Amino acid sequence: MQEEPILKVENLQTYFFTTSGMIKAVDDISFSLWPGETLGIVGESGSGKSMTAWSILGLVPKPAGRIVGGRILYRGENLLEKSASQMREIRGRHICMVMQDPLTSLNPVFTVGDQIIETLKIDSSRTSGGHRERAVELLSSVQIPAPESRMEGFQHQMSGGMRQRVVGAIAISRSPQILIADEPTTSLDATIQLQYLKMLKDIQTQTGAAIIFITHDFGIVARMCDRVAVMYAGKMVEQAQVLQLFDSPAHPYTEALLKSVPDLDVDVDFLPSIEGQPPTLDDLPEGCAFAPRCPYVFEKCEEYPDEFTVEPEHTARCWRLGGAVV
Amino acid sequence: MTTSASTIATDESPKVRLWRLAGRVRRARLPWVPITILASILICAAFAELIAPHDPRDIDILKKNIAPGETANHLLGTDILGRDILSRLIFGARTTVIISFVSLAAGAFVGTTLGVISGYKGGWIDALIMRGVDAALGFPTILVAMLIVVFLGAGTINIILAVTLTFWARFARMVRGDVLVIKTLDFVTLARITGVSTPVIMWRHIFPNVINTLTVVSSLLVGQIILLEASLGFLGLGLAPGDPAWGIMVAEGRSVILDVWWLSLFPGLAITIVVLAFNFFGDWLRDTLDPQLQSAQ
Repeated sequence: MQEEPILKVENLQTYFFTTSGMIKAVDDISFSLWPGETLGIVGESGSGKSMTAWSILGLVPKPAGRIVGGRILYRGENLLEKSASQMREIRGRHICMVMQDPLTSLNPVFTVGDQIIETLKIDSSRTSGGHRERAVELLSSVQIPAPESRMEGFQHQMSGGMRQRVVGAIAISRSPQILIADEPTTSLDATIQLQYLKMLKDIQTQTGAAIIFITHDFGIVARMCDRVAVMYAGKMVEQAQVLQLFDSPAHPYTEALLKSVPDLDVDVDFLPSIEGQPPTLDDLPEGCAFAPRCPYVFEKCEEYPDEFTVEPEHTARCWRLGGAVV
Repeated sequence: MTTSASTIATDESPKVRLWRLAGRVRRARLPWVPITILASILICAAFAELIAPHDPRDIDILKKNIAPGETANHLLGTDILGRDILSRLIFGARTTVIISFVSLAAGAFVGTTLGVISGYKGGWIDALIMRGVDAALGFPTILVAMLIVVFLGAGTINIILAVTLTFWARFARMVRGDVLVIKTLDFVTLARITGVSTPVIMWRHIFPNVINTLTVVSSLLVGQIILLEASLGFLGLGLAPGDPAWGIMVAEGRSVILDVWWLSLFPGLAITIVVLAFNFFGDWLRDTLDPQLQSAQ
């Protein structure tokens, strides 16, 4: 591991201010991303995974959403202090993202080639012929067959998997150092998912970009990631290297999540699920947010847990790790 | 419909694509009656000098108030000053077409620009523009036109200005509604993520996707604009009294409508038929271009 993280998020807080109250979508989250590594962010829907990504990109939905605290350091510079035009320089060139739904990610009225070239034009150091060449190159790097003729195609002539590849090509077109992938395979077929993940890995080897992989699928985490961060109700409950997390989950939520993943080698009559519902973010408990569903809950859980180090590079926010007897 | 054509055709040239679009328009059963009417109006407007049997301003008191059909020389009769009604109608088409199309274009341009900015930017800019729209829509059109004509004088340009001033707001409101939906689509977000600048996003990603709406709204509003132009002429707020314009012609026959009924009848019919033709054409266009109908293909 290299000494300097490329991205460092410190105590990030992104809140939404609505008429029905304040929603802490991202609450006090810290993590680091090292060059070339893949960090998985895992959590259920609404746990703040995507909002963390939007916060990093400086695209928190306005006017309701606001980053109220913390720092996002990209190569030591705080992105939260950048102006709108400086952030536009960062987006695409340094940090980029692939979104969940490939079906609406492309503009229906332009050809695929046009849309890739549009992004290339932002750093207009090439001639237009050069742009075209580079666009074809990008399409073939995301493994699109016959890229030359696909340049003239429209999105409605392509399958979901192929559209998502095109989106991938657009995302890497300005060779960003950090690529955020927000559940990029959720809406794809299982067979296509695997191909897409392989493609992302290939891109990473080619470009050396660091990837933040947002997902709720532990199978993908195991395949793709070096380290994992688990989010629950806007908070980060556990961070570890992938093997550490699978071998010895420290937080009860992680443990429960892993238990609810089916294991093909073991016959079970029924798959355990996590009792109860995730809390609504405008009405969180004072202490540990997972306490109402936690099988190990005890008095101390009414206080917000500290972050404990379980082993090197493995931390979790749970009072059970603090030496307290259950 | 023809699913096979749209799914396999991946390497089709623009020519093939255009051909396919033409095929769709053909299959959609063209409204031949409105199209014929509108085409003849356009031809009249373009070649009025060649088509009209007489000079529309040619006064011949000796031949005044000839009833339609009385002589072959004046098919639709003459007016109180002996001017040929048919010729005046044909030249009136030119006046109508110029005024309504220019003010439509101006209104659409201003309205679309402001509508896209308003919808995409949101916030106080949106609030400001939309209050402007409210004001423009709340003001009686005729009153605005009267004020302009009173302060700036009559004339084609000022009528166009008056119509534009009231009609931009309808475009702005319709376009803004569309933009509010389009801007939440992922391709707009993707453009923002990749660092595309705001003007480029508005021009390349938002605007092309409101063109359908724009076309339909335009074709439906043309009718209203023609009516407004005729009303202004009728009220004497339009061009000079001698100019051939349908609204003015209706007004000229008003006082003698019981005796010399053809003075008002023919221009009145012309207005009705053209407005109806535009409305039918607009309806057809809306049904043909409706994105929901298209995506079903």
